[in-house]
Amino acid sequence: MTPGQWLSAGRADSRSAEVGQAKVGQAAMPANTTEDDPERARRFREAALPHLDDVYTLARYLLRDAADAEDAVQECYLRALKHFDTYRGPAMKPWLLAILRNVCRAEFARRASAPARTIDDSPEAAEQTPLWHEEQQTPEAEILRERDASAIRRLVDALAEPFKETFVLREINNLSYREIADAVGAPVGTVMSRLARARAMLRSAWLAEQEQPR
Amino acid sequence: MTCDEAKILLHALIDGELDAGHAREVEAHIAGCASCTAELAAYRTMREAIVSADLRYTAPASLRQRLDAALPKPSPMPVSNVTPLASRRSVLRGFALGSAVSALAATGLFAVVLRNGDQQLIESEIVSAHLRSLQPGHLIDVVSTDQHTVKPWFNGKLDVSPPVIDLTAQGFTLIGGRLDYVDARAIGAVVYKRRAHVINLFVAQTSSTARKPAKIETVQGFNIRSWSDRGLNYWAVSDIGVDELNEFGEKFEAATQVNKEG
Repeated sequence: MTPGQWLSAGRADSRSAEVGQAKVGQAAMPANTTEDDPERARRFREAALPHLDDVYTLARYLLRDAADAEDAVQECYLRALKHFDTYRGPAMKPWLLAILRNVCRAEFARRASAPARTIDDSPEAAEQTPLWHEEQQTPEAEILRERDASAIRRLVDALAEPFKETFVLREINNLSYREIADAVGAPVGTVMSRLARARAMLRSAWLAEQEQPR
Repeated sequence: MTCDEAKILLHALIDGELDAGHAREVEAHIAGCASCTAELAAYRTMREAIVSADLRYTAPASLRQRLDAALPKPSPMPVSNVTPLASRRSVLRGFALGSAVSALAATGLFAVVLRNGDQQLIESEIVSAHLRSLQPGHLIDVVSTDQHTVKPWFNGKLDVSPPVIDLTAQGFTLIGGRLDYVDARAIGAVVYKRRAHVINLFVAQTSSTARKPAKIETVQGFNIRSWSDRGLNYWAVSDIGVDELNEFGEKFEAATQVNKEG
Protein backbone atom coordinates (compact mmCIF):
# COMPACT_ATOMS: atom_id res chain seq x y z
CA MET A 1 0.00 0.00 0.00
CA THR A 2 1.34 3.36 -0.96
CA PRO A 3 1.31 6.48 1.19
CA GLY A 4 -1.33 7.90 -1.10
CA GLN A 5 -3.65 5.04 -0.34
CA TRP A 6 -3.20 5.52 3.36
CA LEU A 7 -4.03 9.14 3.11
CA SER A 8 -7.08 8.42 1.07
CA ALA A 9 -8.29 5.98 3.70
CA GLY A 10 -8.44 8.87 6.12
CA ARG A 11 -9.90 11.37 3.71
CA ALA A 12 -12.11 11.12 0.70
CA ASP A 13 -13.84 8.03 -0.54
CA SER A 14 -13.16 8.85 -4.17
CA ARG A 15 -9.50 7.90 -4.08
CA SER A 16 -10.24 4.52 -2.56
CA ALA A 17 -12.81 3.88 -5.22
CA GLU A 18 -10.18 4.54 -7.90
CA VAL A 19 -7.74 2.28 -6.16
CA GLY A 20 -10.36 -0.42 -5.94
CA GLN A 21 -10.97 -0.25 -9.66
CA ALA A 22 -7.30 -0.41 -10.45
CA LYS A 23 -6.95 -3.67 -8.59
CA VAL A 24 -7.11 -6.93 -10.44
CA GLY A 25 -8.56 -10.29 -9.54
CA GLN A 26 -11.45 -8.67 -7.70
CA ALA A 27 -13.85 -11.11 -9.29
CA ALA A 28 -12.78 -13.80 -6.84
CA MET A 29 -13.65 -11.63 -3.86
CA PRO A 30 -16.88 -12.56 -2.13
CA ALA A 31 -19.60 -10.38 -3.56
CA ASN A 32 -21.55 -10.06 -0.32
CA THR A 33 -19.04 -8.10 1.78
CA THR A 34 -21.41 -5.51 3.14
CA GLU A 35 -21.02 -3.44 6.28
CA ASP A 36 -23.22 -5.91 8.14
CA ASP A 37 -21.30 -9.01 7.15
CA PRO A 38 -20.57 -10.66 10.51
CA GLU A 39 -17.56 -12.54 9.12
CA ARG A 40 -16.03 -9.29 7.94
CA ALA A 41 -16.80 -7.70 11.31
CA ARG A 42 -15.02 -10.55 13.04
CA ARG A 43 -11.93 -10.22 10.82
CA PHE A 44 -11.85 -6.46 11.35
CA ARG A 45 -12.13 -6.77 15.11
CA GLU A 46 -9.38 -9.39 15.25
CA ALA A 47 -7.06 -7.30 13.11
CA ALA A 48 -7.73 -3.84 14.48
CA LEU A 49 -8.71 -4.03 18.15
CA PRO A 50 -5.34 -5.35 19.43
CA HIS A 51 -3.87 -1.97 18.45
CA LEU A 52 -6.36 0.04 20.48
CA ASP A 53 -3.82 1.16 23.09
CA ASP A 54 -1.41 2.34 20.41
CA VAL A 55 -4.11 4.28 18.58
CA TYR A 56 -5.38 5.79 21.82
CA THR A 57 -1.83 6.73 22.88
CA LEU A 58 -1.17 8.62 19.65
CA ALA A 59 -4.54 10.36 19.97
CA ARG A 60 -3.74 11.44 23.52
CA TYR A 61 -0.43 12.97 22.47
CA LEU A 62 -1.73 14.63 19.34
CA LEU A 63 -4.92 16.05 20.86
CA ARG A 64 -3.79 16.50 24.49
CA ASP A 65 -7.29 15.80 25.74
CA ALA A 66 -8.70 12.49 26.95
CA ALA A 67 -12.27 13.05 25.77
CA ASP A 68 -11.21 14.30 22.33
CA ALA A 69 -8.84 11.36 22.06
CA GLU A 70 -11.67 8.90 22.69
CA ASP A 71 -13.81 10.54 20.02
CA ALA A 72 -10.92 10.48 17.56
CA VAL A 73 -10.22 6.80 18.22
CA GLN A 74 -13.84 5.88 17.62
CA GLU A 75 -13.89 7.88 14.39
CA CYS A 76 -10.62 6.22 13.35
CA TYR A 77 -12.02 2.70 13.85
CA LEU A 78 -15.22 3.50 11.97
CA ARG A 79 -13.25 4.90 9.04
CA ALA A 80 -10.88 1.94 9.11
CA LEU A 81 -13.84 -0.46 9.03
CA LYS A 82 -15.28 1.39 6.07
CA HIS A 83 -12.02 1.04 4.14
CA PHE A 84 -11.15 -2.43 5.42
CA ASP A 85 -11.96 -4.03 2.06
CA THR A 86 -9.30 -1.96 0.31
CA TYR A 87 -6.72 -2.52 3.04
CA ARG A 88 -3.83 -4.59 1.65
CA GLY A 89 -1.15 -4.35 4.28
CA PRO A 90 1.69 -4.01 4.91
CA ALA A 91 0.79 -3.87 8.60
CA MET A 92 -2.37 -3.00 10.48
CA LYS A 93 -0.84 -0.77 13.15
CA PRO A 94 0.74 1.86 10.86
CA TRP A 95 -2.39 1.84 8.72
CA LEU A 96 -4.60 2.59 11.74
CA LEU A 97 -2.21 5.25 13.01
CA ALA A 98 -2.21 6.94 9.59
CA ILE A 99 -6.01 7.07 9.68
CA LEU A 100 -6.00 8.36 13.23
CA ARG A 101 -3.55 11.06 12.24
CA ASN A 102 -5.90 12.24 9.52
CA VAL A 103 -8.80 12.27 11.98
CA CYS A 104 -6.69 14.44 14.28
CA ARG A 105 -5.82 16.78 11.40
CA ALA A 106 -9.52 17.39 10.93
CA GLU A 107 -9.82 18.07 14.64
CA PHE A 108 -6.93 20.56 14.47
CA ALA A 109 -8.70 22.36 11.65
CA ARG A 110 -11.88 22.51 13.72
CA ARG A 111 -9.97 23.86 16.71
CA ALA A 112 -8.10 26.38 14.58
CA SER A 113 -11.36 27.85 13.38
CA ALA A 114 -12.37 28.24 17.03
CA PRO A 115 -10.80 31.31 18.70
CA ALA A 116 -8.71 29.40 21.23
CA ARG A 117 -5.03 28.92 20.38
CA THR A 118 -4.29 25.26 19.96
CA ILE A 119 -1.29 23.64 18.42
CA ASP A 120 1.63 25.51 16.96
CA ASP A 121 2.06 23.87 13.61
CA SER A 122 4.79 26.23 12.46
CA PRO A 123 8.24 24.74 12.49
CA GLU A 124 9.94 28.11 13.10
CA ALA A 125 10.11 27.69 16.84
CA ALA A 126 11.61 24.30 16.33
CA GLU A 127 14.18 25.53 13.85
CA GLN A 128 15.62 27.78 16.52
CA THR A 129 16.37 24.90 18.81
CA PRO A 130 20.06 24.19 18.54
CA LEU A 131 21.04 20.66 17.68
CA TRP A 132 24.14 21.18 19.77
CA HIS A 133 24.39 21.71 23.48
CA GLU A 134 27.16 23.40 25.40
CA GLU A 135 28.57 21.42 28.26
CA GLN A 136 26.50 21.57 31.39
CA GLN A 137 27.70 22.13 34.92
CA THR A 138 25.84 19.10 36.19
CA PRO A 139 26.67 15.98 34.24
CA GLU A 140 24.04 15.90 31.53
CA ALA A 141 23.55 12.17 31.74
CA GLU A 142 22.43 12.57 35.36
CA ILE A 143 19.84 15.17 34.43
CA LEU A 144 18.45 13.17 31.54
CA ARG A 145 17.84 10.23 33.82
CA GLU A 146 15.92 12.02 36.55
CA ARG A 147 12.41 12.12 35.19
CA ASP A 148 9.31 10.11 35.82
CA ALA A 149 6.71 9.22 33.21
CA SER A 150 4.34 12.12 33.89
CA ALA A 151 7.12 14.69 33.63
CA ILE A 152 8.35 13.20 30.34
CA ARG A 153 4.79 13.07 28.99
CA ARG A 154 4.43 16.78 29.74
CA LEU A 155 7.64 17.55 27.87
CA VAL A 156 6.55 15.43 24.89
CA ASP A 157 3.14 17.09 24.92
CA ALA A 158 4.83 20.47 24.61
CA LEU A 159 6.73 19.56 21.42
CA ALA A 160 5.60 21.38 18.28
CA GLU A 161 4.12 19.55 15.30
CA PRO A 162 5.18 17.83 13.11
CA PHE A 163 8.03 16.90 15.42
CA LYS A 164 5.82 15.55 18.20
CA GLU A 165 3.96 13.25 15.86
CA THR A 166 7.19 11.83 14.46
CA PHE A 167 8.62 11.40 17.94
CA VAL A 168 5.54 9.61 19.32
CA LEU A 169 5.25 7.31 16.29
CA ARG A 170 8.90 6.32 16.72
CA GLU A 171 9.48 6.23 20.47
CA ILE A 172 6.09 5.28 21.82
CA ASN A 173 4.24 3.54 18.97
CA ASN A 174 7.49 1.88 17.92
CA LEU A 175 7.13 2.32 14.16
CA SER A 176 10.09 2.00 11.80
CA TYR A 177 11.23 5.03 9.79
CA ARG A 178 9.63 3.60 6.69
CA GLU A 179 6.32 3.02 8.44
CA ILE A 180 6.37 6.56 9.80
CA ALA A 181 7.19 7.93 6.35
CA ASP A 182 4.21 6.07 4.88
CA ALA A 183 1.91 7.09 7.72
CA VAL A 184 2.69 10.80 7.51
CA GLY A 185 3.25 10.90 3.75
CA ALA A 186 6.80 12.25 3.91
CA PRO A 187 10.11 10.87 2.66
CA VAL A 188 12.24 8.81 5.05
CA GLY A 189 14.87 11.56 5.04
CA THR A 190 12.33 14.05 6.33
CA VAL A 191 11.29 11.63 9.05
CA MET A 192 14.92 11.25 10.06
CA SER A 193 15.57 14.99 10.31
CA ARG A 194 12.26 15.62 12.12
CA LEU A 195 13.13 12.95 14.63
CA ALA A 196 16.60 14.42 15.22
CA ARG A 197 14.98 17.81 15.69
CA ALA A 198 12.31 16.45 18.02
CA ARG A 199 14.88 14.78 20.21
CA ALA A 200 16.99 17.94 20.30
CA MET A 201 13.93 19.97 21.32
CA LEU A 202 12.99 17.47 23.99
CA ARG A 203 16.50 17.44 25.33
CA SER A 204 16.63 21.26 25.54
CA ALA A 205 13.30 21.40 27.32
CA TRP A 206 14.38 18.65 29.65
CA LEU A 207 17.63 20.41 30.57
CA ALA A 208 15.97 23.83 30.81
CA GLU A 209 13.39 22.52 33.23
CA GLN A 210 16.13 21.09 35.40
CA GLU A 211 17.60 24.55 35.89
CA GLN A 212 14.38 25.88 37.39
CA PRO A 213 13.46 25.03 40.99
CA ARG A 214 10.93 22.25 41.13
CA MET B 1 31.29 12.37 6.90
CA THR B 2 30.77 15.76 8.52
CA CYS B 3 29.45 16.43 12.02
CA ASP B 4 26.30 17.89 10.48
CA GLU B 5 25.54 14.60 8.79
CA ALA B 6 26.57 12.54 11.77
CA LYS B 7 24.36 14.43 14.20
CA ILE B 8 21.32 13.43 12.11
CA LEU B 9 22.47 9.92 11.30
CA LEU B 10 23.37 9.05 14.88
CA HIS B 11 19.62 8.93 15.57
CA ALA B 12 19.18 6.35 12.86
CA LEU B 13 22.08 4.49 14.46
CA ILE B 14 20.38 4.54 17.87
CA ASP B 15 17.16 3.31 16.26
CA GLY B 16 18.90 0.51 14.40
CA GLU B 17 17.72 1.87 11.05
CA LEU B 18 21.07 1.97 9.27
CA ASP B 19 22.35 -0.86 7.13
CA ALA B 20 25.68 -2.30 8.11
CA GLY B 21 27.69 -0.16 5.71
CA HIS B 22 26.23 3.17 6.80
CA ALA B 23 26.32 2.17 10.46
CA ARG B 24 30.06 1.53 10.14
CA GLU B 25 30.57 4.93 8.52
CA VAL B 26 28.69 6.76 11.26
CA GLU B 27 30.44 4.80 13.98
CA ALA B 28 33.81 5.57 12.41
CA HIS B 29 33.07 9.29 12.45
CA ILE B 30 31.79 9.23 16.02
CA ALA B 31 34.81 7.29 17.21
CA GLY B 32 37.06 10.09 16.00
CA CYS B 33 34.93 13.00 17.21
CA ALA B 34 34.57 13.83 20.91
CA SER B 35 31.61 16.10 20.36
CA CYS B 36 29.61 13.50 18.44
CA THR B 37 30.55 10.86 21.01
CA ALA B 38 29.01 13.04 23.73
CA GLU B 39 25.90 13.61 21.61
CA LEU B 40 25.40 9.91 21.03
CA ALA B 41 25.84 9.17 24.74
CA ALA B 42 23.36 11.88 25.76
CA TYR B 43 20.68 10.69 23.31
CA ARG B 44 21.21 7.06 24.31
CA THR B 45 20.68 8.02 27.96
CA MET B 46 17.58 10.02 27.10
CA ARG B 47 16.21 7.14 25.05
CA GLU B 48 16.74 4.71 27.91
CA ALA B 49 14.90 7.05 30.28
CA ILE B 50 12.03 7.32 27.80
CA VAL B 51 11.81 3.58 27.21
CA SER B 52 11.92 2.73 30.91
CA ALA B 53 9.34 5.42 31.79
CA ASP B 54 6.72 3.72 29.54
CA LEU B 55 4.91 6.68 28.03
CA ARG B 56 2.06 4.69 26.53
CA TYR B 57 -1.52 5.29 27.55
CA THR B 58 -4.00 2.48 28.11
CA ALA B 59 -7.36 2.85 26.44
CA PRO B 60 -10.01 3.18 29.14
CA ALA B 61 -12.60 0.40 29.50
CA SER B 62 -15.33 2.89 28.61
CA LEU B 63 -13.71 3.41 25.19
CA ARG B 64 -13.56 -0.34 24.58
CA GLN B 65 -17.26 -0.58 25.37
CA ARG B 66 -18.05 2.34 23.07
CA LEU B 67 -16.16 0.73 20.21
CA ASP B 68 -17.76 -2.63 20.87
CA ALA B 69 -21.15 -0.98 20.59
CA ALA B 70 -20.23 1.06 17.51
CA LEU B 71 -18.70 -1.75 15.45
CA PRO B 72 -20.93 -4.33 13.77
CA LYS B 73 -21.35 -7.59 15.64
CA PRO B 74 -18.94 -10.35 14.66
CA SER B 75 -19.92 -13.88 13.71
CA PRO B 76 -19.17 -16.17 16.65
CA MET B 77 -17.44 -18.82 14.51
CA PRO B 78 -15.97 -18.47 11.06
CA VAL B 79 -17.72 -20.39 8.26
CA SER B 80 -20.09 -22.05 10.77
CA ASN B 81 -23.14 -20.74 8.94
CA VAL B 82 -22.09 -22.26 5.61
CA THR B 83 -22.28 -25.98 6.32
CA PRO B 84 -25.81 -26.20 7.81
CA LEU B 85 -27.15 -24.22 4.90
CA ALA B 86 -25.43 -26.45 2.37
CA SER B 87 -26.44 -29.68 4.05
CA ARG B 88 -30.01 -28.56 4.52
CA ARG B 89 -30.27 -27.72 0.87
CA SER B 90 -28.95 -31.14 -0.07
CA VAL B 91 -31.43 -32.81 2.28
CA LEU B 92 -34.25 -30.86 0.71
CA ARG B 93 -33.17 -32.06 -2.67
CA GLY B 94 -32.89 -35.59 -1.38
CA PHE B 95 -29.56 -35.82 -3.08
CA ALA B 96 -26.95 -37.26 -0.74
CA LEU B 97 -23.98 -36.42 -2.88
CA GLY B 98 -25.02 -32.77 -2.98
CA SER B 99 -23.69 -32.17 0.49
CA ALA B 100 -20.24 -33.44 -0.33
CA VAL B 101 -20.15 -31.53 -3.58
CA SER B 102 -21.26 -28.25 -2.02
CA ALA B 103 -18.87 -28.71 0.87
CA LEU B 104 -16.04 -29.31 -1.54
CA ALA B 105 -17.09 -26.36 -3.65
CA ALA B 106 -17.31 -24.24 -0.53
CA THR B 107 -13.81 -25.14 0.68
CA GLY B 108 -12.39 -24.79 -2.82
CA LEU B 109 -13.82 -21.34 -3.15
CA PHE B 110 -12.60 -20.43 0.29
CA ALA B 111 -9.04 -21.50 -0.52
CA VAL B 112 -9.08 -19.57 -3.78
CA VAL B 113 -10.30 -16.42 -2.07
CA LEU B 114 -7.67 -16.67 0.65
CA ARG B 115 -4.77 -17.36 -1.65
CA ASN B 116 -5.82 -14.62 -3.97
CA GLY B 117 -6.04 -12.23 -1.05
CA ASP B 118 -2.52 -13.15 0.06
CA GLN B 119 -1.21 -12.78 -3.41
CA GLN B 120 -2.83 -9.41 -3.88
CA LEU B 121 -1.27 -8.28 -0.65
CA ILE B 122 2.18 -9.29 -1.85
CA GLU B 123 1.64 -7.68 -5.24
CA SER B 124 0.46 -4.49 -3.64
CA GLU B 125 3.59 -4.49 -1.48
CA ILE B 126 5.75 -5.15 -4.50
CA VAL B 127 4.24 -2.13 -6.21
CA SER B 128 4.75 -0.04 -3.06
CA ALA B 129 8.39 -1.11 -2.97
CA HIS B 130 8.72 -0.22 -6.65
CA LEU B 131 7.20 3.22 -5.99
CA ARG B 132 9.48 3.81 -3.02
CA SER B 133 12.48 2.91 -5.15
CA LEU B 134 11.55 5.61 -7.65
CA GLN B 135 11.89 8.35 -5.04
CA PRO B 136 15.16 10.26 -5.30
CA GLY B 137 18.07 8.40 -3.77
CA HIS B 138 16.14 5.19 -3.13
CA LEU B 139 16.69 3.24 -6.31
CA ILE B 140 20.07 1.67 -5.87
CA ASP B 141 22.30 0.64 -2.97
CA VAL B 142 25.04 -0.72 -5.18
CA VAL B 143 25.56 1.08 -8.47
CA SER B 144 27.11 -1.08 -11.13
CA THR B 145 26.48 -2.30 -14.61
CA ASP B 146 28.69 -5.29 -13.87
CA GLN B 147 26.91 -8.45 -12.73
CA HIS B 148 30.08 -9.59 -10.97
CA THR B 149 29.92 -6.52 -8.73
CA VAL B 150 26.19 -6.59 -8.03
CA LYS B 151 25.88 -10.29 -7.24
CA PRO B 152 28.58 -10.45 -4.52
CA TRP B 153 27.14 -7.29 -2.98
CA PHE B 154 24.07 -9.28 -1.88
CA ASN B 155 26.21 -11.81 -0.01
CA GLY B 156 25.49 -11.77 3.70
CA LYS B 157 22.57 -9.36 3.25
CA LEU B 158 20.01 -11.96 2.23
CA ASP B 159 19.19 -15.61 2.84
CA VAL B 160 19.31 -16.15 -0.92
CA SER B 161 21.70 -15.27 -3.68
CA PRO B 162 19.66 -13.59 -6.39
CA PRO B 163 20.84 -14.32 -9.90
CA VAL B 164 22.18 -11.12 -11.40
CA ILE B 165 22.27 -11.25 -15.16
CA ASP B 166 23.44 -8.56 -17.49
CA LEU B 167 20.87 -8.17 -20.24
CA THR B 168 22.38 -5.05 -21.77
CA ALA B 169 22.91 -6.82 -25.06
CA GLN B 170 19.21 -7.70 -25.10
CA GLY B 171 18.17 -4.09 -24.50
CA PHE B 172 17.75 -4.14 -20.72
CA THR B 173 20.58 -2.38 -18.93
CA LEU B 174 21.62 -3.63 -15.52
CA ILE B 175 22.11 -0.56 -13.32
CA GLY B 176 22.48 -1.96 -9.82
CA GLY B 177 20.97 -3.68 -6.81
CA ARG B 178 19.14 -2.81 -3.66
CA LEU B 179 17.88 -4.33 -0.42
CA ASP B 180 14.16 -3.87 0.05
CA TYR B 181 11.46 -5.04 2.41
CA VAL B 182 8.37 -6.89 1.31
CA ASP B 183 6.06 -8.86 3.55
CA ALA B 184 8.25 -7.81 6.50
CA ARG B 185 11.24 -9.63 5.02
CA ALA B 186 14.43 -8.44 3.42
CA ILE B 187 14.27 -9.03 -0.29
CA GLY B 188 16.76 -8.50 -3.08
CA ALA B 189 15.94 -6.08 -5.87
CA VAL B 190 17.97 -6.07 -9.08
CA VAL B 191 17.43 -2.89 -11.03
CA TYR B 192 17.31 -2.64 -14.81
CA LYS B 193 16.52 0.15 -17.18
CA ARG B 194 14.73 0.07 -20.51
CA ARG B 195 15.12 3.50 -22.09
CA ALA B 196 13.89 5.84 -19.29
CA HIS B 197 11.85 3.13 -17.57
CA VAL B 198 12.96 1.38 -14.40
CA ILE B 199 12.39 -2.33 -13.98
CA ASN B 200 12.70 -3.68 -10.46
CA LEU B 201 13.25 -7.42 -10.32
CA PHE B 202 12.44 -8.62 -6.80
CA VAL B 203 13.81 -12.01 -5.78
CA ALA B 204 12.79 -13.98 -2.70
CA GLN B 205 13.09 -17.52 -1.45
CA THR B 206 10.16 -19.90 -1.66
CA SER B 207 9.65 -23.26 -0.02
CA SER B 208 8.56 -24.89 -3.25
CA THR B 209 11.17 -25.74 -5.86
CA ALA B 210 8.57 -26.31 -8.55
CA ARG B 211 8.88 -24.16 -11.62
CA LYS B 212 5.84 -21.92 -11.97
CA PRO B 213 5.16 -20.31 -15.32
CA ALA B 214 4.98 -16.58 -15.67
CA LYS B 215 1.87 -14.64 -14.86
CA ILE B 216 1.18 -11.01 -15.64
CA GLU B 217 -0.89 -8.80 -13.35
CA THR B 218 -1.62 -5.12 -13.39
CA VAL B 219 -1.75 -3.34 -10.05
CA GLN B 220 -2.24 0.40 -9.73
CA GLY B 221 -1.20 0.83 -13.34
CA PHE B 222 2.05 -1.10 -12.98
CA ASN B 223 2.67 -4.40 -14.68
CA ILE B 224 3.99 -7.27 -12.62
CA ARG B 225 5.38 -10.42 -14.20
CA SER B 226 5.80 -13.12 -11.58
CA TRP B 227 7.30 -16.57 -11.90
CA SER B 228 9.11 -19.17 -9.81
CA ASP B 229 12.16 -21.20 -10.63
CA ARG B 230 14.52 -23.39 -8.58
CA GLY B 231 13.30 -22.25 -5.18
CA LEU B 232 13.11 -18.56 -5.99
CA ASN B 233 10.09 -16.33 -6.58
CA TYR B 234 10.54 -13.49 -9.03
CA TRP B 235 8.49 -10.36 -9.53
CA ALA B 236 9.47 -7.98 -12.31
CA VAL B 237 7.69 -4.63 -11.89
CA SER B 238 7.66 -1.70 -14.24
CA ASP B 239 5.55 0.84 -16.02
CA ILE B 240 6.68 -0.52 -19.38
CA GLY B 241 4.10 -2.36 -21.44
CA VAL B 242 3.15 -5.99 -20.96
CA ASP B 243 4.93 -7.02 -24.17
CA GLU B 244 8.22 -5.51 -23.16
CA LEU B 245 7.97 -6.82 -19.62
CA ASN B 246 7.28 -10.30 -21.00
CA GLU B 247 10.28 -9.93 -23.27
CA PHE B 248 12.38 -8.98 -20.26
CA GLY B 249 11.14 -11.97 -18.25
CA GLU B 250 11.68 -14.42 -21.10
CA LYS B 251 15.20 -13.21 -21.72
CA PHE B 252 15.98 -13.35 -18.04
CA GLU B 253 14.59 -16.88 -17.72
CA ALA B 254 16.42 -18.03 -20.83
CA ALA B 255 19.65 -16.61 -19.43
CA THR B 256 19.20 -18.36 -16.06
CA GLN B 257 18.63 -21.68 -17.86
CA VAL B 258 21.91 -21.29 -19.73
CA ASN B 259 23.83 -19.71 -16.93
CA LYS B 260 23.48 -22.41 -14.25
CA GLU B 261 26.15 -20.89 -12.10
CA GLY B 262 24.47 -17.49 -12.32
